[in-house]
Amino acid sequence: MNLPSVAAWRTARADPAWRAAFAAGRRDIAGAALGTVAMGLVAGVAMAKSGLGLGLVLGVSLLVFASASQLACLPLIAAGAPLWVIAATACVLNLRFVVFSMHWRRYFGGHSRLHRVLFSYLAGDPVYAQFVQRYPVPAPGGRTTRAQQGYFLGLALTNWAAWHVASLAGIFLADAIPAAWGLRFIGVLALLALALPMLTDRAVRCSALAAGAVALATASLPMGLNVVAAIGTAFVAGLWADKRWSVR
Amino acid sequence: MSWHTTHAWLAVLALVAVTVLTRSFFLLSNSEPRLPAWLLQGLRHAPVAALLAMVVPEVFLSNGHLLADWRDARLFAVAAALLYWLARRNDVTGTILVGTATLMLLRLGLGWL
Repeated sequence: MNLPSVAAWRTARADPAWRAAFAAGRRDIAGAALGTVAMGLVAGVAMAKSGLGLGLVLGVSLLVFASASQLACLPLIAAGAPLWVIAATACVLNLRFVVFSMHWRRYFGGHSRLHRVLFSYLAGDPVYAQFVQRYPVPAPGGRTTRAQQGYFLGLALTNWAAWHVASLAGIFLADAIPAAWGLRFIGVLALLALALPMLTDRAVRCSALAAGAVALATASLPMGLNVVAAIGTAFVAGLWADKRWSVR
Repeated sequence: MSWHTTHAWLAVLALVAVTVLTRSFFLLSNSEPRLPAWLLQGLRHAPVAALLAMVVPEVFLSNGHLLADWRDARLFAVAAALLYWLARRNDVTGTILVGTATLMLLRLGLGWL
């Protein structure tokens, strides 16, 4: 990290508004972090049992930081699938983050490129959901306010730490974690709870319902393509519903 | 290093690159991307759709088939979480805790799937 950002970090931390917002972020992500911990444990166990060497498993765990694509791509890596298949699978599973990145642009598009990339790397699903719930309207000029910045980092760093601690625990304690706990579903419950506050108006509820139905109907598609089909459905249904109930 | 290990490390690097590039997709360029209004309007509906698309199949499918038995801890966990959400709006943490508690109670207490 370059020196100006270290200095900026120190100044920010000295600001009581930043510290209060950071604490609020840490508190607000607590429930969702339970889901992150559960998913991290699941991913860790899966990685430990994938048959790949420990060095590789630690590399995936510490560097990739993306639960769905980690879980989906590990078997492909272990089987020696072509690189383009692995990369394409990861692209499809990460498509939602492309959408999130456009929404993030409104919040911190005015920051330096290094910060934009760093912020977006840290911003997993729970961080996005919680942040836009707290700050539905971005600050003017795409520069986060001190409070927004503190809140974002409180959310993102807590989520990041929860993921890595859980994922490492899963790798090293793989045999001690019973499958009967069904930890994976705690992650699903967390995603559900995070989606609920986003159902703000009738048009969004309508497009979300259509997306859920399509995701279920196309669940047998490979590589998580059903999520792509669901996003496409929500897009079209959303345009129709917005016109029907004349949003904007 | 064996071929398999080299291949695996290349795959890890590819995963890192894909993760960073997709997450920062619209943030990489210094100039504001110019997107048509209809695209922005439609994309308003994408984030929640993406989240629910990951949730719904996990709730209603097991091994690729619709649930055959209503005595499934997942259904009750989701129902409890939704009821709690309706009763106490905007409590994300509480909703997750209620859902998780219901899931654990039925799975570990009653031995349900």
